[in-house]
Amino acid sequence: MEWWEYLIKYGKVFLVGGAVCLIGQILINRTKMTSARILVTFLVLGVVLEAVGVFEYIKEWGGAGITVPITGFGSSLAKGAIDGSKISLFHAVTFGLASVSAGLTAAIVFGFLVALIFKSKPKKL
Amino acid sequence: MMDGKEYCEYVSKTAPKTSELKTLLPAFCIGGIICMIGQGFTDLYAYLLPEAEESMIGALTSMTMIFFGALLTGFGIYDKIGGIAGAGSIVPITGFANSIASPAMEFRKEGIIFGLMAKMFVIAGPVIVTGVVSSVIVGIIYTIVAAV
Amino acid sequence: MRKGKHTYLPEAGIYILNTCSIVGPNEGRGRFSSYYDQVLEDYDWDCKTHEKTEIKMHKFVIEQVIENSNLGRSDIDCIVGGDLLNQLVASTFAAREFEIPCLGVYSACASFGEALSVSSFLIGKGNMNNVICCTGSHFGAVERQFRYPLELGTQPAPSSQYTVTAAGSALLSVNYKEGVPCLTACTVGKIVDYHICDANNMGAAMAPAAADTILTHLKDTGRGEDYYDYIFTGDLGKYGRETLYYLCKKQGYDLGGCLNDCGALIYKDKQKDMQGGSGAGCLAAVFTAYIYKEMRAGNMKRVLLVPTGALLSKGSSLQGESIPGIAHAVAVEMV
Repeated sequence: MEWWEYLIKYGKVFLVGGAVCLIGQILINRTKMTSARILVTFLVLGVVLEAVGVFEYIKEWGGAGITVPITGFGSSLAKGAIDGSKISLFHAVTFGLASVSAGLTAAIVFGFLVALIFKSKPKKL
Repeated sequence: MMDGKEYCEYVSKTAPKTSELKTLLPAFCIGGIICMIGQGFTDLYAYLLPEAEESMIGALTSMTMIFFGALLTGFGIYDKIGGIAGAGSIVPITGFANSIASPAMEFRKEGIIFGLMAKMFVIAGPVIVTGVVSSVIVGIIYTIVAAV
Repeated sequence: MRKGKHTYLPEAGIYILNTCSIVGPNEGRGRFSSYYDQVLEDYDWDCKTHEKTEIKMHKFVIEQVIENSNLGRSDIDCIVGGDLLNQLVASTFAAREFEIPCLGVYSACASFGEALSVSSFLIGKGNMNNVICCTGSHFGAVERQFRYPLELGTQPAPSSQYTVTAAGSALLSVNYKEGVPCLTACTVGKIVDYHICDANNMGAAMAPAAADTILTHLKDTGRGEDYYDYIFTGDLGKYGRETLYYLCKKQGYDLGGCLNDCGALIYKDKQKDMQGGSGAGCLAAVFTAYIYKEMRAGNMKRVLLVPTGALLSKGSSLQGESIPGIAHAVAVEMV
């Protein structure tokens, strides 16, 4: 790949990722949503986009711009479930969580370790 | 004296509003930058592990981003970024890591079991529950559709 | 002695012999930095948790206020304390070391007003001689109880306020001392609910209660709007102060000249505090440091303190309850 191809690729990632966060910020400004609700909303968005088959196209264009936001987490969940449904109902209901096990494990373990080491502090005004 | 309804209207008219430009622009830029960093790790892992499947590269990227999200939370930097970026640092997976690490740190004082471990999911819990429930729903729908 | 509807004048003179204040680093950099008795360098103060720090702050102000007077611990009849933590763990735990009878009060951020009112009833009826009022709040302890973990990356709403880290105590006594301010009237406030549901806009939720209490006080005592040099509300913030001014103006009282808010004043303009400070320690620290010392210096003669409180818990707002406000008025004058 040439350097300008990288530039275009990363530009696309920036645009898509920025746009996803921009929608989140508009929701916060307009509806006073808290961060838990924002995360839940975007996760469901990712699940729905994957389930109807649109996610793949956005990912092809925007790469990490759509997979690094929590929508990517939702998409993995839905993708796991869809893949599982091709095998049996048992796999359909369990493959979702299995497909995000890496992310969840990392979040729990790193969260645990960080909390053992660091202490929360009020910020300077 | 004015009544409650009239007062609420007065307040919603006069209360200080969020400045759109000051919040939307940082959210867009910082959100975009975090995603570009994620893309960087994806490309790095794809280069280092040419044999690996795409899903594994994606999982490794998520884990790396989560690691840095948790670490920056520990150093007390992530909430400063959040103060500027708003949704720009909530929506990326690093924000998910922040929402797990920050209550864990905060409630560490009540002990490891009842504090840290029990309160770890006060913010991220709804995310995990929604995710698992919705993936089960998707799985069942796809199974039914395939059967029909 | 009752006057008007809800105002009580003490039958004996009640003198504020002494005060003591302690604040956190952010407040120490604020507008009244030179007035505080002690400014903490960090939020921990060698304690493991912020709750323990708050207990230590309460203990410090109680200890100092006794030490600075000529009284011994056994001369103090009661400590009337309050804070924002569940079950008042900061002020009561601080009082356990002193072997002095203790009463806990809670009116959210208006606790200092309630403490002063209760003390004036205890002293004014001749039951007690020396009473210590003390309230405080700690940002780290309050934030985790009412809002989010400190390290969660959220954006503060422009209408929100910053909980102060501060504690203040005042020693009230029947014994006369020259040149100290005197507590001359208390108006106990009603709980006023105008159905504001936004927990990020406490100023708007508390302003109606403050307006109600101030106007009741002025009507009860027959004092005009220019009687007081200053009216200090507790922690309405910059926006809440404007709202209070508007509400009083609508009732025909123009308080523009004397209306001030401790929350709006406690930080300097360049500190990013949004609408200002809040918390049970806000008016307590500003009164015990700035107002009290200015009164003793003769720069203020008549002051009406109107600490304001927003009554809510994390659960109550999740259950869809609105945020009722409360405010108590206490007149402090040089006589």
